[in-house]
Parts: sequence; C-alpha cells; structure tokens
Amino acid sequence: MNAAIPFSAQLINLFASVILLLAFAMLAQRRVMALVNLFALQGLTLCLSTLVVAVTTGQTHLYWSAGLTLLLKALLLPWILHRLIRRLQVKWEVESLINIPATMLVGIALVIIAFNVTQPISELSSTISRGTLGIALASVMLAFLMMITRTKAIPQVVGFLAMENGLFLAATSATYGMPMVVELGIALDVLIGVIILGVFFFQIRDQFDSLDIRHMEKLKDN
Amino acid sequence: MLSLLPIDTLLIAACAWLAIGLLGLVAPRNLRFISKTLFPLGALVGVLVGLVALGSLGEAPETAVLVIGLPDLPFHLRLDNLSAVFALLLGFVPVGISIYAAGYFRKGEGTAPGVLCLEYHVFLASMLLVLLADDAYAFMVAWESMALSSFFLVTTNHQHAEIRRAGFLYLLIAHVGAISILLSFGVMTGGAGDYTFAGMRAQQLSPFWASAAFLLALVGFGAKAGLVPLHVWLPEAHPAAPSPVSAMMSGVMLKTAIYGLLRVSFDLVGTPLWWWGVVALAVGLVTALFGVLYSTVQSDMKRLLAYSSIENIGLIAVGIGLTLIFHAYRMEALAALAMTAVLYHCLAHSAFKSLLFLCTGSVLHATKERSLGKLGGLIHRMPWVAWLALAGVIASVGLPPLSGFVSEWMLLQAFLFSPGLPHPWLNMVVPVAAALVVFVAALAGFAMVKFYGIIFLGQMREPGLKDAHDAGPWEKFGLAWLALITLLLGILPSTVISRIDAATRQLLGTGLADKLHEQGWWMLAPMSPERASYEPLIFLVTIAATLLLGRWLVRHLYHGRVRRTAAWDCGYWFQGPRAQDTAEGFSQPIRRIFEPMFRMERHFPTARDSKPYYSVKVEDHFWHWLYLPVARLVNAISGLVTAVQGGRIAIYLLYSFITLLILLLVARP
Amino acid sequence: MISVSGFLGQIFAIALALLLAPLLSGWVGQCRAWLQSRTAPPLLLPYYMLHKLFHKDVVLAHGASSLFRAAPFIVFGCMVLACAIIPSLSTDLPLAPAADAIALVGVFGLARIFISLAAMDVGTSFGSLGGRREMLVGFLAEPALLMVIFTLAMIAQSTSVATIVETLAHREFVIFPSLAFAGIAFTMVSLAENARVPVDNPATHLELTMIHEAMILEYSGRHLALIEWASSLKLYAYSCLGLAFFFPWGIAERDNFMALLAAIPLLLFKLAIGGFLLAGIETVSAKMRIFRAPEFLGTAFLLAVLGLLVRLMLESRV
Repeated sequence: MNAAIPFSAQLINLFASVILLLAFAMLAQRRVMALVNLFALQGLTLCLSTLVVAVTTGQTHLYWSAGLTLLLKALLLPWILHRLIRRLQVKWEVESLINIPATMLVGIALVIIAFNVTQPISELSSTISRGTLGIALASVMLAFLMMITRTKAIPQVVGFLAMENGLFLAATSATYGMPMVVELGIALDVLIGVIILGVFFFQIRDQFDSLDIRHMEKLKDN
Repeated sequence: MLSLLPIDTLLIAACAWLAIGLLGLVAPRNLRFISKTLFPLGALVGVLVGLVALGSLGEAPETAVLVIGLPDLPFHLRLDNLSAVFALLLGFVPVGISIYAAGYFRKGEGTAPGVLCLEYHVFLASMLLVLLADDAYAFMVAWESMALSSFFLVTTNHQHAEIRRAGFLYLLIAHVGAISILLSFGVMTGGAGDYTFAGMRAQQLSPFWASAAFLLALVGFGAKAGLVPLHVWLPEAHPAAPSPVSAMMSGVMLKTAIYGLLRVSFDLVGTPLWWWGVVALAVGLVTALFGVLYSTVQSDMKRLLAYSSIENIGLIAVGIGLTLIFHAYRMEALAALAMTAVLYHCLAHSAFKSLLFLCTGSVLHATKERSLGKLGGLIHRMPWVAWLALAGVIASVGLPPLSGFVSEWMLLQAFLFSPGLPHPWLNMVVPVAAALVVFVAALAGFAMVKFYGIIFLGQMREPGLKDAHDAGPWEKFGLAWLALITLLLGILPSTVISRIDAATRQLLGTGLADKLHEQGWWMLAPMSPERASYEPLIFLVTIAATLLLGRWLVRHLYHGRVRRTAAWDCGYWFQGPRAQDTAEGFSQPIRRIFEPMFRMERHFPTARDSKPYYSVKVEDHFWHWLYLPVARLVNAISGLVTAVQGGRIAIYLLYSFITLLILLLVARP
Repeated sequence: MISVSGFLGQIFAIALALLLAPLLSGWVGQCRAWLQSRTAPPLLLPYYMLHKLFHKDVVLAHGASSLFRAAPFIVFGCMVLACAIIPSLSTDLPLAPAADAIALVGVFGLARIFISLAAMDVGTSFGSLGGRREMLVGFLAEPALLMVIFTLAMIAQSTSVATIVETLAHREFVIFPSLAFAGIAFTMVSLAENARVPVDNPATHLELTMIHEAMILEYSGRHLALIEWASSLKLYAYSCLGLAFFFPWGIAERDNFMALLAAIPLLLFKLAIGGFLLAGIETVSAKMRIFRAPEFLGTAFLLAVLGLLVRLMLESRV
C-alpha cells in the first residue's frame, strides 16, 4: 500500500517528519545556542520540502518561496539571533526546565490531537503532500507549547519563529503555498519582528539585568 | 454405575468443602487433626473440581435447579465454558494453597484452627457457587458469603486494632461493590422481574440502560477486583490476613470479580458499545500504572505484592477493554485474541501471585518480619523457598519462558492490530496505550527485583535471621505445586489455550483453537507463524542447553576451581549489612522520578539531631482526595441524624407513630 | 521442516556470533583509542582477556549464593539465544520462530533480571547500587525498545524478526519517515543497554558513575569471563539488530547459500562502520549524571512513540 505513494510525496513526508522531530528536539533543548541551531536546521528542512513540492508541481513561485525560506529562516534569522546572543552575552544561558519528559508527554498528546483534527481536512485536500497537514499543525502546537513553557526571552522568540515555520509548512502542504505577496509580507513581518524584539532585549536586560521574562510581571500597575 | 453430570459433581464438591469446614468445628482446637487431615482433604476436593472443570470445557452448558432458598425462588445453577475456565483455576490453585496451609497454621495464632478451617472452606465453596450461579439471587447469596467468609479470614488475628481496621475497610468496600452489582442486575432485568440470567439475556436493553448496567457492574466488580479508585482495601487487607488467605484472595477471589465482569459485559448485557471498552481500557491503564508505581516504593513485602496484584488486575482490565472495543466493531478474531490474553492472565496471575504470597508466608514464619528492611540473605537459610519464589518473580515480571509472558505477549499482539480499528481517534490512541502497558510491565521488573533481592539476597540485615529455617514438607509441596503450574502455563501455552478456547468461543463466537491446531503443540502462533510466533519450550531448551554445554566445556577445557574469600567491593573496608540498599534506598530513583505521583512524608536528619534518622512514608493520594472527604461527609450527615436521636423510647415510639399516621394518610388507594 | 542448509546456517550464525562478538568489542575499543589520541590496545585484546580469565581461579565472596554462581551461565545462555534469532547473515534461521521480536526483548529482560539479582547477592554497597541503577535504566529502555519494534512490526505486519527484515530488505525502495524516529530511539536505547558513554562508561570504576561495572565487581575467573563475553554478545546482538532493521540490504533470504556467503564480508563491513560510529558517539558525548539517564531514555521512549504516531498518520492510509 505504501508503493501507491509517489516518491516525491514520500520525500515530503520524510522532510515533514524531520521538521516534527526538530520541533520535539527544540522542546527538549536546554541550551540557547543549540536551540537556534535546531531552528536553522528546521528552516533548512522546510526549504528542502518546499523545493520538492516546487519540482513536483512545477510552480515557479514555490522556488521563490523556497529560496526566501533558505535565506531568511536558515541563514539570516539564525545569524541575527547568534549575534544577539553574543551581544547579550547569554551564550551559556541554560534554562532550568523542569521535567522535560512531562513536557514531551504533553507534546505527544498534542500530536495525537493535531493528527486527528486535520484528518478530515487532509482527506478533502487533493495535493500530493496532504499527509503533512497534521504534522504542520502539530509543529505549530509544539512551538506554542514551547513558548508557554519557556521563561527566557530568546527561546520565546525562537518558539514564535518555529510557529511560523509550522504555518508555512501547512501552507505548502495544503494549498501549494500562499500568494507571493502574502508570503513576502509575512517574511518582512518576521524579520522586522525579530529586529524589534532584539532591541527590546537590550532594554529588558538593562532594566532587570536578566532576560528572564518572569520579571515582566513586575511591570503591572499597582 | 451411577453417572454424574459435571455440574452435579461440582455441587457435591461444594458440599464436601462445606462438610470439611463443619468437621473443623468438631474439634476446633485439635490442630493436628485439622491441619493434617482436613486441609489435605480440601485439597483433594480441589483436584476433583479442577479435573471436572477441565473435562467440561468444550461441552454444552448444563443447568440445574436447587430447591433451597426462598419459596418460589430456587437457586438456578449453570456450568458453561466461562464458569469452567474459572472453576479450573478455583480447583487447581487452592490445591497448592490448602496443602501449604496444612503446614502453615500454628497454635495460638488468633482464631481457633477449627473456626479458621470452617471459614476457609466456606470461602472456597462460596466462590464455586459464584461461578455456578445462574440467577441474580443465587449469585448475590454466594457473593456475600464469599465476602463475609473472607472478611473473617482477614481478621484472623483480630486482637490487633490495625487488622480490625483493615477488615472493616474491606467489608465496607465489598458492600459498596455488592450494592452496585445488585443495581446492575436490577437494571438488566429491564423491569420484567425475572432475575435469572436467562431472563437477562432475553432482555433487549436500550443503549442507555445497557450502559448503566455495564458501568454499575464495572464499579461493583471493580471494587472487588481492586480497580482504582476502589483499590484501597487491597494493600490493607493483604498484609493483615494470614499468607494462605492473602494467596487465596489475591490469586482466586480477585478472579471471581473478573469472572463477574466478563459474565455481565459479554454474556448478559447484550452487544457492547465501543466506548465501554474505552472506559475499561482507561480505568485499567490507570490502575496498572498506579499499582506498579506504588508497588515499587513499598517497604512491606505483602503490601508490595498487594499493589502488584492491583497492577495485574489493571492489565486484565486493559485486556477486557480491548476485547470490548474489538467486539463492538465486530472484529471477532482480534477480540478472541485479546480475550484469550485476559483468560490466560487470570490463570497465570492466579498461580504466580499465590506462590509469591505463600513464599512471604514462609519468610514471615521463619523470621517474624514483614518489613523488607529487616530481611536479607534468606537464600542461604531457605533455599527451597528462595528458588521457588524466583519462578514466581520471573512469571510476574512477565518474562519468558514462564506464564506471565504468554498473556502479555498475546495482549501486545492484540494491540498491534488496533490501528485497524475503524474509529479515527481510537486507531491512534489505542496503539499508544500499548506503550503504557509495556512501561507498566517493565516497571514491574523493578518492583520484583526489589522484592526478591532484598528478601532473599545480600547479607542478613538483622542478626536474628541466622536462625531462619526453610519451609516444612507440606509448605514445600504447596509452593512446588504452584511453581509447577506456573511453569506448565509458561511452556505449554498452545495446549492450554486450545482448552480454554471454548470459553472465548462461547462469548465471542470465534476462538483461536483452529489456528493453533494447524501448528504443533509446542508453538504459539495465534494469527499465523509469519505474523508472530513464540515457542517457549524451544526457548527454554536452547537456554538450558547453552548453559549446560557452556558449563561442561568450561570445566573440561579449563578447570572448576573455586576459592572463597571476603567480598572485594572496590576495596572498601566496611562491608556490613547496613552498607546495602534498604528497601527505601532501592526505590529512591522511582520516588524521585515520579515524585508528583506520591504523597510523601519525609524526615531528614539534621546536624544537631542527637539521634539522627531518615524516614520516608509514602501514602496513597486517593485516600486523601477521595476517601477522607467522603468519610467527613458521612460524618457530617450522621451528625445531622443524631439530632433526631433522642435516646428516649417515647420519642422513638412517637416517630413510628407519626410514620404510621403519614403512611395511612398518603397511601390511599 | 528444518532444512539442512537452514540448520547449518543456524549453527554458523551462532558460531560467528560467539567468535565475532569479542572482536567487535576490541574494534570499538581501538577506534575509541584512536579518536581520543591514545595508543590503541591490540584488536584481539578481548580474546586474551577471556583466555586469561578462564584460566584463573574463581574467587567467590563468602556471602555468594548458588544464584550468584548460576547467573553468568544464564546470562550467557540468554545472549546466545538472542544472537541465534537475530538475522545477521540470513533470515533462514530454524530457531527464529522460537521467539519473535517481543520475546527477544524478553530475553534481554531475563538476562537483566539475573545480572541485577546476582549483583545484589553478595550484599555489598556497590553491588546493590549497580543492581538498582541497572533496573532504573532497564525499565525505561525496555519500553522504548518495544515501541521501536512496534513501529517496525506495523510496517511489516509481523513481529517475527525474520519477517520484518525480509519485508524491509526485499521491498521496492520506500521511505518510511517513522523509521527515522525509530532509528534514533533505537540508537539511544542501544547506548544505554550496552553501558555506553552518555549513560554509563565501560572503562571506569568510579563509584558515582558506574552501572554495569558496579554489578560485576564481585565476579572473577570463568564467571567474569562469561559475563564479559555475554556483554560483547549483547553489543553484537544490538548491532546486528540495528543493522538488520535499518540497513537490511545484503541479508540472505531462505535457501540461498551463495547469498549467505556473500553476506559475510558485507556484515563485517557494516559492523566495522557501526563500531566506528559507536566509538565516535562515545568520544563526542559526555557522560550524563545518573538522573539525566531517565530523561535521556524517556526521550528515546517518546521518540519511539512519536515514530509510531507518524507511522499511523502518514503511512497507513493512502
């Protein structure tokens, strides 16, 4: 029965699985540098899977978005983040994550939910990569979970970016990508967002001598 | 030649047990007569029950009507294949326990031996009647006699307050369960007033009432079997009871609850709905996980085994749940596989858990200690008990080639088919449940290594243990009998399954026997040999052959010289018994990893303590979350009720009078 | 019934396992030394060790019981059985139906129980420490291994190791993403089960870190030889299992003697690469604290479950 899947779809499934695997790895990663590297790797995988879809369907704008992904998510953003980490001197910052297995257990539950929720949609979809829709949603949810469980600022940003990765995967797998204008817009948003957040980081650190966002709780009026 | 039907023979056996029990009252203080004559006689009756049950497997059901009981309400009895499987267990396992008990009971231990003998044999007879009952009335009478006789057995040493408390808790939960079962029967009659099981089968219940009946039965039988959250009596009652009684309760009585659950959900209530299976599966998983986690952290050897029983009952419930799911979707071949796993695990658990409880009895007699922290090194003084206990340990961990593995293997095989379920959520969630089952089985290994290693291995933790003695001949025979059953169940799965298959066939309409007959008797391949196969005998022979050949070769090619000296231990000079792990120390990793699961009270020594000590006490969350609030509520309600309790007779007469008056006014035609 | 060639193949597979296993351990040790810029011990060192140990007297502690003396033989027997049913050269193994993949996990479990009990037998502080830690590793590694096997069994629709390998080796090329998850989980489990670096260090007797070595401290002479041999057999068994599951190409099918001969150099080649990679992993990773080990293995377990889910989601329906 597996032979019925064309080879390109198999490749896309493989890349999607790798993206999921990386999402889990990011969920379990304590070190900031490794986290950024994993994010870069996820961007690279995303680019490859988009490329496969582009080659199979022959849609030229997908080549563009693959290139954009490579440039932005695998190279530029990780570079910015690396620079930020160096400048902020949080290279060796280790997050005191409690109970990684418990977090991952929740992650597994999210994956089951994501897979089942998307099942009716992916049966309607006619694209070759429809199977990956569940994985895309799962990646979004895992990134969300990561943002919830992290207390340091940079992992939060990485979580935010990983969420965008998941959305992008969903877009390619369900509809062969978004219109170019939208895509460019999102890319720009993400870029600007990271730069602004980078500026914020310096402000936060100057204020609290740390990037722990739990300090933000003090900012409320009382 | 008088020809007796199997059901008549079983009834005679039940009567024989009762008679043996009554004979105990003839000379209640004559220990020799009771233990060396009556208990072995009871064992003989057990052999008879087992043989008859074995013979009646695969035969058509037989019915009988006893004219005892209330007028116009006779006892209906029926022996079918499901009853026969459990009667098989009720026959052969108590043989070992009774013979063991012949050597076990001593003078001056609580209840007089004659009374004990009566309670014990009434317990056996009532369990047999539970299996044979074919109407709700007979079932409940037998069920309650079973509960009462076992209550008295638990409270054998009633002079201790904690044992009376354990017995009370047991009785309380048993009654909550009994009420639930009674209600379930009531629902199943569908208002027709026909309390025979035949009448219940004929009823076509609406899904709502059928579900109500199933859930009530799950609660009722779950209370007896020890499903979470109704498990709390098990770890209290088992340590309190004398070891043969614990063995009987854990090995045999819990299975009658499983029998009842199977009887209701597959026979009486009609076609199951798929979500019943999910409920049973979830409850079973929680129970199994809970049981195994708590069994790893216990420091009392019988409590450890009691929690391990909870775990096994949980696994059985998981199997029942899986069977229900498959059955509801009409995947009968797979349902048969899961059902066979359930029945097999009942048989296997019955033998190995009885064996382990009896071993703790021998240890208890030899050392007067139940706490793991004061045992150790008993393999040197009690080699028989130690080696036979090892068989029980390996079976209970679920390792090949003994019995526990067979059922676990079949359960996992059944799980492997669950992605084929037509329901979109189930086909993804149920396979993941298998991961938890596997996890439970692996954790059981931790608990059992702790149990065995701390009791039997290492150095003796107390000087008094040097005087420990091995079990007597009766006890040895009882242990060896159960170990033999464990071994046979382990290495002859195909033969056993082709016998008990009749029950599966009766409940589900299909079985595994046809598939098994295609292969040899040594091979277990429930689906096809390409799909999965397991040959325990060849497995055992290969390991044994390698072992013996290796030993022979090493001795011949090299030598067999042995020297004895002090232990090396990396050169540390202090090697006293206190350098070993304690029971608490051994389970420390589990307590640490699963900290949120336990309710712990720890005391750490400080530098200023004049007598520094460390202690840890692990308590059940359910006790504080569920039972104590309920107890407080009951107390509060009864406090309200006391307001009307004046204590004066005149007031009570007034109440009666007013009630009468109101009834006369209200109940007009 | 059992064919002659199958029977010979079975005997050959066992003999090869017994012979190659110490060599594999020696090779891993050598690679480790090279990667760490040390002078490498001779390749045949494990054989010399075994020979030396067999010659020596057994020195038993006073408190050692019969179980202590029986355990090395039982553990050795279990490992031989494991090697006998894992298809290293050919899938035509008459013993293979005796135990499928689930029972194979059971064999490893049986060996683990006995070695842990033997460790507790003498009653020293290190022994019980080792036994406890081994069970700690075991109760997490065993389910992870079984979940890996579940994923594979669902691909092959069978739990028989031979059938799984045949299905994977002789199908048209299909990518199974779930295998990626299963492969990573399997590698992690193998590291833990074989007392390798992130979890345990086979080359240390440091009390805070050792697991496997703590258990066998009291063994000597032929008992120690058998246990060392059994450990190499376990490494060999895990390597062959991993190769058979994830790189099954070249394993002979039924009744094909020439293919069996051709499989030998290929197996040697694969084992050499695998051993080198193992040494590499051991060199680049640091030994974990003992309480990180449950986290490590828990991750392996969850990855295996994830593989199962991916299998169900992506591959089961088309």
